[in-house]
Amino acid sequence: MTLELSEPIREAIRRHGQAAYPHECCGALIGRGARVTEAVTLPNTTDEEPRRRFLVSAADYRLAERLAAESDRELVGFYHSHPDHPARPSQHDLAHAWPFFAYVILSVRRGEPAELTAWRLRDDRSTFDAVPVVA
Amino acid sequence: MSNKVLIPTPLRPYAGKQDVLEVDGKTVGELLANLTSQYADLRKHLYTEEGRLRGFVNVYVNDDDIRYLDREQTLLKPGDTISIVPSVAGGAGPVVAEPRTAPPLSNEEVQRYSRHLIMPEVGMDGQQKLKAARVLCIGAGGLGSPVAMYLAAAGVGTLGMIDFDVVDFSNLQRQIIHGTPDVGRLKLQSANDRIQAINPNVQVECYETALSSQNALELFEPYDIIVDGTDNFPTRYLVNDACVLLGKPNVYGSIFRFEGQASVFATKDGPCYRCLYPEPPPPGLVPSCAEGGVLGVLPGIVGTIQATEAIKLIIGVGEPLIGRFLIFDALRMRFRELRLRRDPECPVCGDRPTVRELINYEQFCGVAPEAQTSAPATVEETTVEELKRRFDAGDDTFLLDVREPQEYQICTIPRSTLIPLGDLPSRLSELEGRRNIVVHCKSGVRSAKAVKLLREAGFVDAVNLQGGILDWIDRIDPSLPKY
Repeated sequence: MTLELSEPIREAIRRHGQAAYPHECCGALIGRGARVTEAVTLPNTTDEEPRRRFLVSAADYRLAERLAAESDRELVGFYHSHPDHPARPSQHDLAHAWPFFAYVILSVRRGEPAELTAWRLRDDRSTFDAVPVVA
Repeated sequence: MSNKVLIPTPLRPYAGKQDVLEVDGKTVGELLANLTSQYADLRKHLYTEEGRLRGFVNVYVNDDDIRYLDREQTLLKPGDTISIVPSVAGGAGPVVAEPRTAPPLSNEEVQRYSRHLIMPEVGMDGQQKLKAARVLCIGAGGLGSPVAMYLAAAGVGTLGMIDFDVVDFSNLQRQIIHGTPDVGRLKLQSANDRIQAINPNVQVECYETALSSQNALELFEPYDIIVDGTDNFPTRYLVNDACVLLGKPNVYGSIFRFEGQASVFATKDGPCYRCLYPEPPPPGLVPSCAEGGVLGVLPGIVGTIQATEAIKLIIGVGEPLIGRFLIFDALRMRFRELRLRRDPECPVCGDRPTVRELINYEQFCGVAPEAQTSAPATVEETTVEELKRRFDAGDDTFLLDVREPQEYQICTIPRSTLIPLGDLPSRLSELEGRRNIVVHCKSGVRSAKAVKLLREAGFVDAVNLQGGILDWIDRIDPSLPKY
């Protein structure tokens, strides 16, 4: 299974990651099936260290679901950035992961957007599987 | 009595693909219990193994979070709508170990690694293990150069490199991953270019940072093997302790002048660096390569031994250098081997470890700023500008150079007299009657010791030249060669 992310959407995620650096950014991915048609930027509401953590508030989550439902699309997943860390899911990501969602991770190194990867939680919650990203 | 439950997108596949369900329950807890007994697959996503609602599962009754009501005891009225709202969170940190599958080799890779593939000890299996392997190299300097280049050439899939330094002319005599055009560039950039040129199949992960107790565990976590190419004791103990705490092999190497050492520490049941050296040497006793020098090819030999050991550990062949401490003497061209055992009393890897987390290694090695504040008052100093002004004014300043003769041959400040620091106590008589003594060395450390010694011997007006001859070259006479 792949995840379809067009170049303009990737670019929007990169710009968000760059603007939020050195903090983590986050946002929702809305679309149909495996095709993302919109990346919605959301505030990082973590009260821990925002350089290493992100949190989407319950209110923002409900907003994302509503945006999707109102336009007859679905919430496909979320994206977030890893400032100066590889674009690989952390233990922290695993502990907080939801099934079904695609998790897109952008690495931002020294303020510059770097690699972008996508992941899905395994059904038994044991790990993530990489999802090939296509344009 | 039944209430509407709104199911969030990620949980719908576990709830019959429905977004709204009708579920019975007098309280939120009862309703969720009924829900998860009806849809058993929901349970592991809503509850921990201990049966508590997961911290990132928010439950709302109408528009109120149950945390602000009576939590799971919150009573439900007919017509209440219950929403399960995921809080989406995460962040950078120790990465999740991916299940290792043997990555297939492309035709280009088969051709590239053919001299490995035809040896039964490596073969396709071994080469695929190399491709799946993740090795972290600490330092892109003398040892890091051959380690990174050979591991890249051998086909190690992911190579991490930690360094924050810039390539300097004085590195080129031994750090062969960098070239003359790289002087002034970040070592990581230069090393990355070289590795990509050798083998573009290698994924290089660069960490431009100083390794510290705060970041070591996180940096090491995603790697299988750590190769220590550091040049100082605090980092060496830090690497060792972090490897023991994480259970990752530490492929150790060190070099000084004509002598090198290598071993593999911190494997299961094997000894660690602290089993050999429980305590660091007093600061200043063992000079660094910058102070004592090093033969340029020496890191080439020791680094390739480290690369060999890393490859053997990955493939799982041969006898690794575990429990053996290899000492190489380039002048006599001899290898010696010391037997090492894990010390049951070792503070880190012993049976009753006392070090269970990373500590302050600068302090442990006695080089912490805190340790220095309790030292005797700092010596009187002067600057190179002041020295130049005194020379120009034609006063009777006596400039004493306490470096070694071979350093004196490289460059000198005019009007200086050479008495190496080691000879100074026995040659004090040569200074009889001198006044206004200014003492210098390369950077100001050895001359500070000399000033202290001179003042104790009665030369009460002796002062130290701040920054030594390096400052003189930078700020007064840039025509002199720097070393």
